[in-house]
Amino acid sequence: MSGAHVVTARERGLVACTRCTRVWPMGQETCSRCGSRLVSRRTRSLQRVWAWMIMGLICYVPANLYPMLRTRTLFTTSESTIIGGAVEIARHGSYGIAVIILIASVLIPVGKFIAIAYLALSLRRQVAMSAHGRHRLYEVVEFIGRWSMIDVFVVAILSSLVQLSAVASINPGPAAVTFALSVIFTMIAALSFDPRMIWDGPEEPRP
Amino acid sequence: MVVPVSNVRESNSARPAETELIACPQCDALYHVVSPPPGERAICARCHTVLIQPRKGAGLRIIALAVSVMILMLGATFFPFLQVSVAGFHNASSVFDAALAFVDGPMIALSVAVAALIVLIPVLRAFLVIYVLAPVVFDRKPWPGAIAAFRFSETLKPWSMAEIFVIGVAVALVKISDLARVDYGPAFWMFAALVLVITVQDGYMCRWSVWKSLDKDTHK
Repeated sequence: MSGAHVVTARERGLVACTRCTRVWPMGQETCSRCGSRLVSRRTRSLQRVWAWMIMGLICYVPANLYPMLRTRTLFTTSESTIIGGAVEIARHGSYGIAVIILIASVLIPVGKFIAIAYLALSLRRQVAMSAHGRHRLYEVVEFIGRWSMIDVFVVAILSSLVQLSAVASINPGPAAVTFALSVIFTMIAALSFDPRMIWDGPEEPRP
Repeated sequence: MVVPVSNVRESNSARPAETELIACPQCDALYHVVSPPPGERAICARCHTVLIQPRKGAGLRIIALAVSVMILMLGATFFPFLQVSVAGFHNASSVFDAALAFVDGPMIALSVAVAALIVLIPVLRAFLVIYVLAPVVFDRKPWPGAIAAFRFSETLKPWSMAEIFVIGVAVALVKISDLARVDYGPAFWMFAALVLVITVQDGYMCRWSVWKSLDKDTHK
């Protein structure tokens, strides 16, 4: 199937509604069925993708440097960062959970930054990965990005649950905010990307 | 079923002009819609995005599931979720408390965001879906604003994070298991059920069918 030439809406002089899939003559501005704005290719969205991604990246730095959690027990107070927290859990023997945290809070965000940058760059120059591969990568990025929120929810659960006056209390650290922002910004970056441009090929300059 | 638009002109003109054309939202491939039989899915031949997946009686089921989402969420939000005890001190926390964990100080925005992601958006989506589908299922004219409502519901979809919250609970349990004794409250099970219901509901949802039923042309 991949060998055959696929006719796109654009080639037929049509513009597709990405929300309800209906096609309209090129030039129409809003979909008459669902009211979404019609754009054949969101070419300018690429700037938005970069902007949101850089915002996400900026927020990701303090998210790793500042503590995520402040744990206070009877005599000690400890602060743990994302990675520090995972290491601590691994030391207690729960390797599975440590791996989940590391994947959700380190591997996925970093992988997402790389993947989004790669996809954005691939639209302008020839890259080794096929359109199919890049589209699959885009789907993975879009699907998996939300799961980074796990750590923020863990902080929320722990800090509401562990409030036992003097004995033990857990409070959120500043990294909780920056990490949540980082996840939200990269999600918006992925949502701003127009996957239809992956299939167009780099050699076609678009208006 | 969908048939790819061929690049040979004749075959296109051979088809009746009124066949609906749709394009894959992910890769822009163009298709003719051929009346899809219930239970079958139409998948983009190029990028494998699901285009159409009609199911018999899906509308009524989606409404029933959306109603259960709203009821379960009401319980899951306010009943205790987890209980923790250390050396005679106890504390029980509801989802509502978890959402308000950041209320102190400058982190209040995060509290609002967490509340929205795990409670408000899932409930709002359930409500919007009922509003959109209820008249359609009973063969009435769509209620005013149904089109905007469904569009909004679709926009909110990636921001509905109830299922992620449940995994967060599992991680949180392990994190404090050596600090304190933790017990599940009734809301935990309600929340787990909620996630299942939302997943099943999404499986029944065929966006193409909904948009088609909301099309102004079919209600003249």
